[in-house]
Amino acid sequence: MLTMHAAIIIPFIVAAFIPFLAKRLKTLHIGWFVLLVPFGLFILLASYIPEIADGEIFLQTIHWIPSYDINFTTYMDGLSMILGLLITGVGALVVLYSIYYLSPEESLKHFYVFLLLFMGAMLGLVLSDNILVLYVFWELTSISSFLLIAFWYHRKRSREGAEKSLLITVSGGFAMLVGFIMLYVMTGTFSVREIIREVSQYTDHTLFLPAMVLILIGAFTKSAQFPFHIWLPDAMEAPTPVSAYLHSATMVKAGIYLVARFTPVFGGEALWFWLVGGVGCLTLFWGSFNAVKQTDLKALLAYSTVSQLGMIMTMFGIGSAALYYGYTTESVIYTQAIFAALFHLVNHSTFKGALFMVIGIVDHEVGTRDIRKLGGLVTLMPITFTISLIGSFSMAGLPPFNGFLSKEMFFTSVLTMSEMNIFSMETWGVLFPVIAWVASVFTFIYSMIIVFKAFFGPYQLGKLERPGHEPPIGMLIAPAVLGLIVVGLFFFPNMLGNNLLKPAVAGIFPTFPEDELGMKITPWHGFNTELFMTIGVVSAGLLLYLTLRYWKGIYRLFPEKWTFNVLFRYVLDQLEIKSRVVTDSYMTGFLRDYFVYIFLFFSILIGGALIYTGAFDFEVSGNAPISVYEWILAVVMMVAGISILFAKSRLTAILLNGVLGYSIAVFFVLFRAPDLALTQVGIETVTTVLFLVSYYFLPEWQKENTPKRTKGLNILISLSVGAVFIIVALAAQSGKLFETISGYYENSYQLAGGKNIVNTILGDFRAFDTMLEVVVLLIAGIGVYSFVKSKSKKGGHNLED
Amino acid sequence: MYKPNDLILRTTTSIIVFILLGFSIYLLLAGHNSPGGGFIGGLMTASAILLLYISYGSKAIEKILPINYRLLIPIGLLIALGTGIGSFFFNVPFLSQTFTYVQIPFFGKMELATAMLFDVGVYVTVLGVTLTIILSISRDQKS
Repeated sequence: MLTMHAAIIIPFIVAAFIPFLAKRLKTLHIGWFVLLVPFGLFILLASYIPEIADGEIFLQTIHWIPSYDINFTTYMDGLSMILGLLITGVGALVVLYSIYYLSPEESLKHFYVFLLLFMGAMLGLVLSDNILVLYVFWELTSISSFLLIAFWYHRKRSREGAEKSLLITVSGGFAMLVGFIMLYVMTGTFSVREIIREVSQYTDHTLFLPAMVLILIGAFTKSAQFPFHIWLPDAMEAPTPVSAYLHSATMVKAGIYLVARFTPVFGGEALWFWLVGGVGCLTLFWGSFNAVKQTDLKALLAYSTVSQLGMIMTMFGIGSAALYYGYTTESVIYTQAIFAALFHLVNHSTFKGALFMVIGIVDHEVGTRDIRKLGGLVTLMPITFTISLIGSFSMAGLPPFNGFLSKEMFFTSVLTMSEMNIFSMETWGVLFPVIAWVASVFTFIYSMIIVFKAFFGPYQLGKLERPGHEPPIGMLIAPAVLGLIVVGLFFFPNMLGNNLLKPAVAGIFPTFPEDELGMKITPWHGFNTELFMTIGVVSAGLLLYLTLRYWKGIYRLFPEKWTFNVLFRYVLDQLEIKSRVVTDSYMTGFLRDYFVYIFLFFSILIGGALIYTGAFDFEVSGNAPISVYEWILAVVMMVAGISILFAKSRLTAILLNGVLGYSIAVFFVLFRAPDLALTQVGIETVTTVLFLVSYYFLPEWQKENTPKRTKGLNILISLSVGAVFIIVALAAQSGKLFETISGYYENSYQLAGGKNIVNTILGDFRAFDTMLEVVVLLIAGIGVYSFVKSKSKKGGHNLED
Repeated sequence: MYKPNDLILRTTTSIIVFILLGFSIYLLLAGHNSPGGGFIGGLMTASAILLLYISYGSKAIEKILPINYRLLIPIGLLIALGTGIGSFFFNVPFLSQTFTYVQIPFFGKMELATAMLFDVGVYVTVLGVTLTIILSISRDQKS
């Protein structure tokens, strides 16, 4: 039974066929076919709910690279199930919505191919057990999200948003990969389940904390946590269905999923608690604070998503404390934070998806989503208004919507957290409820902005492109379904809680008895601190909303250039400018400079190695005596060599070069090498003739007009190269390690039937070298011939171009 | 019109060329046992032919020696490669050379070696390459 694999692969297969389908079917919107995929997968996954609720898990393996322990293993428990249902369920609704949202003139096949790629990648991510396979799907979601954000690629802002999100999420992905590899180094397995089982032995390992931090960086970048949240508002340039699907319901939950998956691995560590809880809390506040000042509704929703993700993250941080205590009756209370987090994860996907869709409808119908232009749409778009009311009030945490339940549970968690006495929470713990409460007030304010600024107030027809009216009914189905779920979850929260959330929490706390986990969600829980906090949020929020225009000035206290966006842009620009400067400084385009690098490198490396290793050893005792002829020849060659440097004409230089060559031939004679001497004389003659031939064509010999300093440097470098060569030669000849092997060749007459050792070596013992040297000659000959022959005729076009 | 009269040059050339050619053949054949070999033999032959070009001019020489020197390069290479490939037929590694002695009337005992064939390949290639290079450059100069 490989249903899970099928669920992952089907979107990819369908994506491959979409272009063909789109070509065949001109009349029908291609989205209707695509709709079948998430809908069918949703039914398929939902059919496993009863088994999952009973605590069963499904594990399937397909071998991929068994020799490296990389296998395509899927693992479905409550957590994967929740995410899987969200991906396919919201996916189906988004596809339905996009059918009406995107006009057939758009390049729909690209849109649906990208969307299906994303869906398959996301399913693969949540269902994978092997962390490397998980990483593969992780990057696939980044890439498909990049493609979707830049769907309208002719817009500059789309491209910039796509680039930014790719840079940030992929950098995080790389960090995560490194963390995964560290985990493998520690535990020796890529399987998440096995890592969870093994990891308790490695908590003191030096790689344990780095792996944790790196994996968290991956999760934070993907889930838009502070300060990596900056890509999410810019990703709002994508079509609205994409924003609703990727940037509120699914992809940004990937980081949350990762944190949840790895809580059993790293949870219980103080650093994990502080990073997840602290960063989450900071993000919660920062996102809600910034959402209030936005004028674009989608940007507002983006910051609100950031804030809500921070809230979920905070609860995961709190819940991880349960693993520090281990199982006791008291510590079970912390697991409820994770339960609340998962509950809010589902809630957020429903109401945020619905909100994005209604904003999309407003944008689609009146042509703007700027709240300064919107207003008075309540009578024109009553259904849209109702859905956005449900979504916003749920987001603000008001009854009778599911956001109320999760917000109450969130308050319970932060209150429990403030009473903790570990991880130095005695001093800092009180901060968490305060920040959470303040952030909730801001959340309330921006939720009200969505409802009241967009739908009430004066109707400004002059500023709108089109007069507002209700969209086609098909466009309303998807947000209406989500709105119904939002209300339904308030009245029947335990259906979700018992069937899905409980097994998911059980999976995160494998050491806890399952009956103790989970909790009964009740809409009414008596007059307790949480309820008073909510009442406080509502009253403070109302007060602040009504006085918004008096205190809005505080947003101008921070200058615009102090944002993380500006910092990000600045860092990117500076990287480009500085690397340009560095490259330009050494890639001068002058061959002379490159020779300087090569020779400098040579003398520093070889000379440095000689000095560093102390290999230089000067030994002359075994050397042969130097005869008079050799002295004379050496002096002649020195004179000729030095004279070349001072030659005034090219002809002199060529002739002096010939002197050097013939002297070498004489040296060969002196050193008893007749074959070499013969060849040297022949070749020297030929080269001198060729020099003279080309001399005819060359321009006048000009002294290079180089500055004195460069000249001095040249002299220094050439002297050092010469010195290094001499030292190496002397060192090599004095350190004889073993006897010569030339004794073997002295038997050439017996072995090869020739008395000329040189010739038998060239033609017989090592004929392969000779053959290839003949090939070199062939290449040289062909080269010269084709250079001479294939040049362009006068007036003809230039072949060199 | 000035016309050079290089009678002495031409006369001496016709004698010297044969000495040069003979010497180059000697170098090629003697290479196995004395200094010499295919490379220097090829160079020497090439210089003999160049001498002919210098003293009689290219028009006359092209009529006497209608050889496409470019073609000599692959031919020589094929000969050298052939001696290597030939060793496969005797189930020995590439380029294994062998030799034997045969009795020939008049000349007595002679040594025949496959290495000599290889040398011939080198000889032909060197001859072809040298002449190709020098002739194509000098012709280019004229045009």
